[in-house]
Amino acid sequence: MSAVRPATSLDGNLALPRKNGELVFEAPWEGRAFGMALALTDGGPLAWNDFRQLLVEQIRTEPDHRYYEQWLAAFEALVTDSGLLTREQLERRAAEYRSMERDEVF
Amino acid sequence: MSEHEHQEHDPHEHDHGHHPEPPTDVEARALALESLLIEKGILTSEQVDEIIRTFEQDIGPMLGARVVARAWVDRDFRKRLIEDANAAVGELGLSTTNLARLSVVANEPGVHNMIVCTLCSCYPWMVLGLPPTWYKSPPYRSRAVREPRVVLEEFGVTIQEDVEIRVWDSSSDLRYMVLPERPSGTADMTEAELAELVTRDSMIGVGLPRVPAARS
Repeated sequence: MSAVRPATSLDGNLALPRKNGELVFEAPWEGRAFGMALALTDGGPLAWNDFRQLLVEQIRTEPDHRYYEQWLAAFEALVTDSGLLTREQLERRAAEYRSMERDEVF
Repeated sequence: MSEHEHQEHDPHEHDHGHHPEPPTDVEARALALESLLIEKGILTSEQVDEIIRTFEQDIGPMLGARVVARAWVDRDFRKRLIEDANAAVGELGLSTTNLARLSVVANEPGVHNMIVCTLCSCYPWMVLGLPPTWYKSPPYRSRAVREPRVVLEEFGVTIQEDVEIRVWDSSSDLRYMVLPERPSGTADMTEAELAELVTRDSMIGVGLPRVPAARS
């Protein structure tokens, strides 16, 4: 699958967390965040290089955050910068999940 | 004969067990992104599944497959696995310190097990990776309990009428995994070869292990 290509192009402090060479997701949401970013940038409407740049920026500005938190923040920036979604939509929807008004899962 | 053994407890308690607390901030943000992107038709959850699956296959057999293969070759390990799955899984060097309680249910002659989460999508992801989309779908969640035999047929698994089907309903603090029966014709296979036969679906109980290729 061609999606393997861009993600394996991440190295240095951008590299995906691995343990004994294996990709590590510590919780399901990390895998979803990973998969969503790849889905939209590999043959999708957004550019991998834009995402990569935003990830670089997140790691630089929030060096203490965990990798997939940086990844998630970069992906949020990508979809809002591109106009696919607005910050307000994301915040409202996330609040619905936090308050358990909405409980559908993926 | 009961078609399934739903775990016995008060339904309200059960409900509570599924959602003991709201999602964390990052979980809520990831859910917000995925739900909105799906609604806009930009993404499907199957696409995300497929990408994750590609990477998981890229990284070798699931931890669950190693656990099953060990249980097939080591009778004492199998016993410990059924008694205390978290401790037994820990013997394989897989950290279980932050995980929900895992319970392994073994298939045997006359008994076939399958797992579901009727109220949400609790899944033994610590051993099976990320759940497939169908596992989280309302039809699977409701029909697995109501008509497991029909659901299994749809997965291509025919269970003889005289075999009891037990359906185990997971919750946020207790996750089930099925220990499938070791296929026949595998007596001379190594543990690593056996692990290759173990599919994800066989550990959910909607599939059977692969049959070993005939040796020339």
